[in-house]
Order: sequence, then structure tokens, then C-alpha cells
Amino acid sequence: MGAAMLNTDRLKKTPQTSQTMQKEMSHNPTSTQLFSGFMKLGLMGFGGVLPLAQHMLVEKQKWLTAAEFTDLLGICQILPGGNIINMAVAIGMRFQGIQGAISALLGLITAPTLIVIAMYQLYAQFQNIPIIQNMIAGLAAAAAGLLFATAFKMLKPIVKSIFILPSLVLTLVFMLWLKLPLALTLIILLSINLAILTIKKGT
Amino acid sequence: MILTLWLLALVFAQLSILAFGGGNAILPALQHQAVTVQHWVTADQFSAMFALAQAAPGPNMMIIPLLGWHVAGPMGLVVTCIAKFGPSSVITLYALKFWDRFKAHPFKSKLELTLKPITIGLVLSSAWLIAAASIQQNVLIAVVILTALLGLFKQIHPFYLMVLGAVFGMCFL
Repeated sequence: MGAAMLNTDRLKKTPQTSQTMQKEMSHNPTSTQLFSGFMKLGLMGFGGVLPLAQHMLVEKQKWLTAAEFTDLLGICQILPGGNIINMAVAIGMRFQGIQGAISALLGLITAPTLIVIAMYQLYAQFQNIPIIQNMIAGLAAAAAGLLFATAFKMLKPIVKSIFILPSLVLTLVFMLWLKLPLALTLIILLSINLAILTIKKGT
Repeated sequence: MILTLWLLALVFAQLSILAFGGGNAILPALQHQAVTVQHWVTADQFSAMFALAQAAPGPNMMIIPLLGWHVAGPMGLVVTCIAKFGPSSVITLYALKFWDRFKAHPFKSKLELTLKPITIGLVLSSAWLIAAASIQQNVLIAVVILTALLGLFKQIHPFYLMVLGAVFGMCFL
């Protein structure tokens, strides 16, 4: 696992050249291979599999080149839906059409879903035992802490952006205090940010 | 039962097309729907389910099938998964068709620039909500702060931080 992370880091720093765009794939994966490939990826990650995705998709399976991976991730990040879910669908579609897209998606979510349901059933059996309640309370607090860490990590590279302060303050006010619907929050904030962008361009 | 399944489909399909920035960004809206509007679970239960889902292997947001299962059993699970993963996947497939034309379009970088800060705000809201619901005792604030700092500054796998939280809960509560 440690080696895999190191590899991913190194790859990120490699400059993307058009030369790497050329196809290196030895063969096109079948739907079954897509299913099992994404199943492995799904089972390797905890609380998100993105860091492992590049290692698996680019280095191990060679389904994408490094440049294609970066490009595809860029698309998947602006589209609605989880990054890795969208990526699985896109890669499945590319190699085996709709059937491949469905295979990749099911591969990614089936095993983790069964595991989480099993864990939940187990928890439901013992949820009245105080020590189990305490364990879950500690677990939830850690999960919240990790979400804060995720947010701050996303914040770091763009902390100086002029959109940050209004966006953060207004999102928190809209979602936590006014409890506006998500669609409305997104529309208002995107309009504000696009307006700021236009004004800034104008001056 | 049929009504419940339709409600699940409606709630999750809506969230699916609004999930800019992935699962963590829709967590506040999901919590609001599941706890306050539909009364499927309490805020405590929601946090416990989120914690369990994060402690399991897999992509983010395994709380989604879990909620479907909790509300309406196996059928609920299937309906929820289709409603949550279907619409966004269809959008992705369509977007990819036009991607080559859109890639160089100035609107793409504009969208990236303006959407990212909002996503971060949504993830922060999620963190706040889960923290607020799970801190039933003050010592747990220490766990939230500690895991946030360790997650941010140290290269520790998130799984070990979850274990740390669980063990802390068992020993000190």
C-alpha cells in the first residue's frame, strides 16, 4: 500500500506530454474484466478510492495513460456524481459500450454495498450495548474529523482565490442555517461567482 | 411500500443530478431529506450510518445503499442505487460525447474556477453536520480535532484514524 501511494505521487509530478497520449493498452478489457478490475479497486479503498485509482488504472491495468487519467478526472470532477463512479462509467463505456459501463459501475459498488449492509446488520444486533454505542460515537467523530481534513485539503491549493471567502460563508449559511434546498444554493452561489468573475474581467 | 420506493427514487434522483463535487457535497441535503423531511432516520442514526459506511471499504458514500436498505429492505437498496447512480452516469456519458468540443471552451475553466469553492463549502457543511450530530459528549470534540489534524498533516491512512476514533470511544466514553 505504501509503495503504491509513493508511485502515485511520483506520477503526479511527471509532466504530461502529448507523447504519453499514444495508446499503450495491450488489449481491450472485456466486461468481466471491467467488473473484476473495478471490484478490486472498490475493495482497496476506504472512504474514497481516488488515490488508488491512478495506480490501478494507469500503472497496473494500463486502461488509461497518465495524461488520459488526468483529463478524464478533470471531466468527472465538474460533472455531477462521484468522481470515481463517473470514471468507472466512462471507462466501461469506452471499451465495451453500455454493457461495459454497467459492468464497471456494478463492479465498483456491489462488494462494498454487501459489506456495509453486513456491518450494519451486525451493528443493529448489538446497538443497545453501551460499548458498541461508544465505539460508533468515536467512529462518527473520526469520520467528521476526516471530512474536515478533506475540505481543508481541497482548500489549500485555492485558498487565495477571490471566490473562497464569499463561497464558504454563503454555503455554510445557506446549508446549515437557512437550510435552503441544494439546487437553489448551487444556482445562487454559481451566479454570484460568475458575476464576480465578470466584474473582475471588466476592471 | 410502493410509495416509499417512489419517494426514495425521487429523493435520490434529485440528489444525483445535483451532486457536483461528489457524494460529500450532497451529504447536508441528504441528511436534511432523510432526517427532517422524510423522517427515515434520526440525526444520530444518520451519523452512525455514515460512520459505518466510511469504515467499510469502497467508494465514498456507501451510506446511500445503506439508507435504501434501512428504509425499504432489498428493494429499497436497488431503487436507491439506480436512482442515485443512474442519472449522474447518464449525464457523464452524454457529456463525454461532447467533451472534445467542450474541453477547449472558455466556459469549462470558468465553471471549474467557480464551482470548486462551492464544493468545498458543501464538504465543510457535511463535516459540521456529522460532527454536530456525533458529538454527544464533549470529549469527542477532541477526536474530531485530532483526526482532522492528523488527516491533514500526516500521511496516515484514513482507516487507522477511524480505528483510533473507535478505540477512543470504547475506552474513554
